[in-house]
Amino acid sequence: MATTIAGVEKEKLVGKRLRRREDPRLITGTATYVDDIHLEDMQYAAIVRSPHAAARILSIEIAAAQNSPGVIAVFTGKDTEKVGGVPCGASLPGLRVPHHNVLAVGRVYFVGHPVAVVVAKDRYMAQDAADLVEVNYEPLPAVADPEKALAPGAAPVHPEWPDNVAFTFHQDGGDVDKAFAEADVVVKQRITSQRLIPMAMETRGVVAEWHGADRQLNLYTSTQIPHLVRTLVATMLGLDENRVRVITPEVGGGFGSKLNVYAEEALMGWIAQKIQKPVKWIETRRENFLCTIHGRGHVDYYELAAKRDGTILGIKLKIIQDVGAYHQLLTPAIPTLSVLMMPGIYKTQNIRADIVGAFTNCMPTDAYRGAGRPEATHGIERMVDILADELQIDPAEIRLKNFVANDQFPFHTATGLMYDSGNYAAPLKKALDLVDYGKLRQEQADARKQGKWIGIGISTYGEICAIGPSPATPAGGWESATVKIEPSGKVTIMTGACPHGQGEETTFAQIAADELGISVDDVLVVRGDTSIVQYGIGTFGSRGTAIGGTAVYFALQDLKEKIKKFGAVLLESDDVTFSGGNVVCNKTGQSKSLPEVAASAYRAMKLPPNTEPGLVSTRFWEPPNFTFPFGTHIVVSEIDGQTGEVKIRRYVAVDDCGNRINPLIIDGQVHGGIAQGIGQALWEQAVYDDNGQLLSGELTDYAVPRAHMMPWIESEHTTTPSPVNPLGVKGVGEAGTIGCSPAVVNSVVDALSPLGVRHIDMPLTPEKIWHILSKGA
Amino acid sequence: MVPQKFEYAAPDSLKSVLQLLDAGAKPLAGGMSLIPMMKLRLAAPEQLVDLQKVKELSYIRESGNAIHIGAMTTHYEVETFPVLLRKCPLLAETAAEIGDLQVRNRGTIGGSVAHADPSADYPAALQALEAKLVLIGAQKERTVSAAEFFVDAFTTVLEPGEIVREVIVPAEELGTGTRYEKVVQPASGFAIVGVAVRVRRSAGKISFVRVGITGLSNHSYRATSAEATLAGTTGAAADVQNAAALVAEGIDANSDLHASANYRKHLASVHAARAITTAISRAS
Ligand SMILES: Cc1cc2nc3c(=O)[nH]c(=O)nc-3n(C[C@H](O)[C@H](O)[C@H](O)COP(=O)(O)OP(=O)(O)OC[C@H]3O[C@@H](n4cnc5c(N)ncnc54)[C@H](O)[C@@H]3O)c2cc1C
Repeated sequence: MATTIAGVEKEKLVGKRLRRREDPRLITGTATYVDDIHLEDMQYAAIVRSPHAAARILSIEIAAAQNSPGVIAVFTGKDTEKVGGVPCGASLPGLRVPHHNVLAVGRVYFVGHPVAVVVAKDRYMAQDAADLVEVNYEPLPAVADPEKALAPGAAPVHPEWPDNVAFTFHQDGGDVDKAFAEADVVVKQRITSQRLIPMAMETRGVVAEWHGADRQLNLYTSTQIPHLVRTLVATMLGLDENRVRVITPEVGGGFGSKLNVYAEEALMGWIAQKIQKPVKWIETRRENFLCTIHGRGHVDYYELAAKRDGTILGIKLKIIQDVGAYHQLLTPAIPTLSVLMMPGIYKTQNIRADIVGAFTNCMPTDAYRGAGRPEATHGIERMVDILADELQIDPAEIRLKNFVANDQFPFHTATGLMYDSGNYAAPLKKALDLVDYGKLRQEQADARKQGKWIGIGISTYGEICAIGPSPATPAGGWESATVKIEPSGKVTIMTGACPHGQGEETTFAQIAADELGISVDDVLVVRGDTSIVQYGIGTFGSRGTAIGGTAVYFALQDLKEKIKKFGAVLLESDDVTFSGGNVVCNKTGQSKSLPEVAASAYRAMKLPPNTEPGLVSTRFWEPPNFTFPFGTHIVVSEIDGQTGEVKIRRYVAVDDCGNRINPLIIDGQVHGGIAQGIGQALWEQAVYDDNGQLLSGELTDYAVPRAHMMPWIESEHTTTPSPVNPLGVKGVGEAGTIGCSPAVVNSVVDALSPLGVRHIDMPLTPEKIWHILSKGA
Repeated sequence: MVPQKFEYAAPDSLKSVLQLLDAGAKPLAGGMSLIPMMKLRLAAPEQLVDLQKVKELSYIRESGNAIHIGAMTTHYEVETFPVLLRKCPLLAETAAEIGDLQVRNRGTIGGSVAHADPSADYPAALQALEAKLVLIGAQKERTVSAAEFFVDAFTTVLEPGEIVREVIVPAEELGTGTRYEKVVQPASGFAIVGVAVRVRRSAGKISFVRVGITGLSNHSYRATSAEATLAGTTGAAADVQNAAALVAEGIDANSDLHASANYRKHLASVHAARAITTAISRAS
């Protein structure tokens, strides 16, 4: 693929491993994050939070705090009662939505629940005064485990719903009863996906600035969805949406935890109005543990029906979702994604799913990298291994047998999805070749004879990306782009997707550079300011490039047409082509460069017929479907037979994310995702005790993997373009996390299979494995 | 988080430090333990005296059969100092296991022992080395053994106004084999258990053995019954197992999210065996 510049081939940039253009500012420490925003006379807020998981607030003494040096205001829930509730954007029939005040009123529901806020001249004074606020609580019984919450006699989280049921959801596909009746074998397993803490490197933070005369609020916030925050915060505060400006400077990681609207965002906006001064709140790491959404929190009961030859006939799944004390923006929607994904990439047409969402006295769960899909993939990939073990079929073979075949695409799943394209055997075969599977199994057998515990784990995952068509997405599933070619020919892309670390400042520039035949250095990608960028949805659900990039692509097509028209006027010819950055007259070979054409479009001395001056196009692109990437991860692990410690000896990842715009960035996404997947599989767990105290509430106890704890990742790919968008891309932001955890767990279970082990819940702590080894021995 | 208000002084002489300490100031060394505690408001000293500029506290000196290590010597210096690498490799090997490079560049041996975190690495080695600690206050200086120094979790014999001035470790006799084995707690990087071993052989028998344990209980200790069991044997695998099985004997082991008491004891035995085996292989 090449275009010509006056006869010279210009190499395509799409597909190249370009270094990320956003990185120099990030790695030299010159990027601006929320905490780098300093405004004249800015005040600092410190939040007083509940130490109890459930308690009545008997009284709040604020006098001492008010009199503390530098304090200008102290507010409690009584003051903020008129602020709208923290929104839940998802809806399900019968969903119970407790009103979620920005500051607790009368009662607290989880440890960390905001009770009062102190505003002072600096953050030290604010914290000093916050320590002086005295809250008298009457502790109440709490419940922190979703299954215990649903048991009869459990303490009610919300007294109005004593059964602690937040919602239920049922889905049937095909004829599951028939499938189970006809089955030769049914395997069952309880599988958990533990609560996790998303742990962005940058905690949340908000700066709010109120311009009273204009009734204009500027809100700087670290979010993945600035426009949705604008709409929802404006509603909470009763402000005109067009007078709320949300600015999202650099975001130091979100992973879904900033795909939300938080109490503090509205609270700071409200405080700025009250005190008529800017106010800043920066979340501490401790608050981040307690008060930023958690992920996962599933207890799943699986049943898989199959024929003796390994053909899967049907799947039943009951999900108990730990909701936490409230619904945050998408809380109840997350497990429904698990249901959509429950057949994995297998062709079974019979499913039955039930979800029960359980209120607990814990921080709400919501989207965390993968959001519902890692849980589903973990479940199905574990179940397929359990089935393979039951039938004594090789785990690779049983997968090949059940894959949706290449000629079945587009494939309608039992859960109502239409898989766009796939070649599921390709990455599996490639990964098996890479590890030299046959030889590896032989080595495993030899190692076993020497008393070594070696395991091979396969995960053949599929996922839902490019979330998603608007009817399937709570707030609209399209994305927007404005592309402006300036009079100088330089290009500015304004994306509604608000990328925040995924690399679209580079990949969108690659797309534009190829389409316009220019250098990436001539392209600027702008995001994250609702006063500059047209309304957009945001970056989550692996949608940035597949949807946001496609909007950019279509805007570029508009401009290419217009460039040709202006070029034709300059060249005084009707027969022109635009290629290699030049409009060329096909008859004379004369050409005009993009800067020349752009200048003429703004100078507007002579306009083409029916054409307005300027070179700007805005597109809102509505995708016709999700995209469905897939791949195979294989893990070879070794267990220390004395201590139970798991070492990952090899990690092979073959991912198919459709066409690849920048393989370097894809590798980065895969590596990061796998790090989080291994984190879940081996180390991470948010542990609440029975009283609702978060025991793993510091980095000294919550084990986020560090670089030296990671295995070498052998990353490979296959390429199956998506027919859903003209770029043929699918998305890769969550693939690593989704494909990873079952590969790790399958390898460890495989290693321990001589002991009759069929399943181990994550995280696979050495102690857990040691117990299994000691029982087995 | 942000700390409470505090005064800060950074004198360059030990004398001024001691005066400030006498008046109630709290010493600040590398700040790797103290500053996080202040930021979480678990510690709120009103006056800090920074030891960073006191040259008299930062040295590694060999004198006779002993090596004197000033309290302000960083973990990184201990890890890399040639004299220690040659003559007290156990301490250098232990220092290399502490935290990460940034922590080792700032954290100090004096700060670590004074802090007496039950999961800290140094104490195991210092027990095995039968190290001495020189403590100094405005009025007096005294020397205590590592065995006396560590009293309980975060508790030492240090009195108000007193600091650790130096740590004295032996220059190993030729032929001593040593090893520090650590089970890393995956979140904090501290030791779930750490085992430090020194052995010497003579005429085919283990003639000298010291085993120091950290992480298992509230404070570090010498596993003397394990030592007694191994001494005099040939150090064969079975001897090592027998000795290692005793390292946690009678110990009231800690239990937390990362390891229950039983598992900790089990790990202590497994890693004691490994450490002893390696130490024996290094002894000549
Ligand atoms: C991320 C991280 C990981 C770590 N991992 C490990 C690990 O794996 N293993 C490990 O052992 N440690 C670990 N540490 C702790 C580290 O070793 C600290 O450096 C050490 O515990 C304290 O030393 P410091 O010089 O920083 O002391 P500071 O933090 O300055 O002081 C600690 C305490 O000792 C007092 N103090 C300091 N110096 C003296 C003195 N000379 N005399 C009397 N009192 C004194 C202070 O007043 C304070 O109470 C880690 C720390 C961090 C931050």
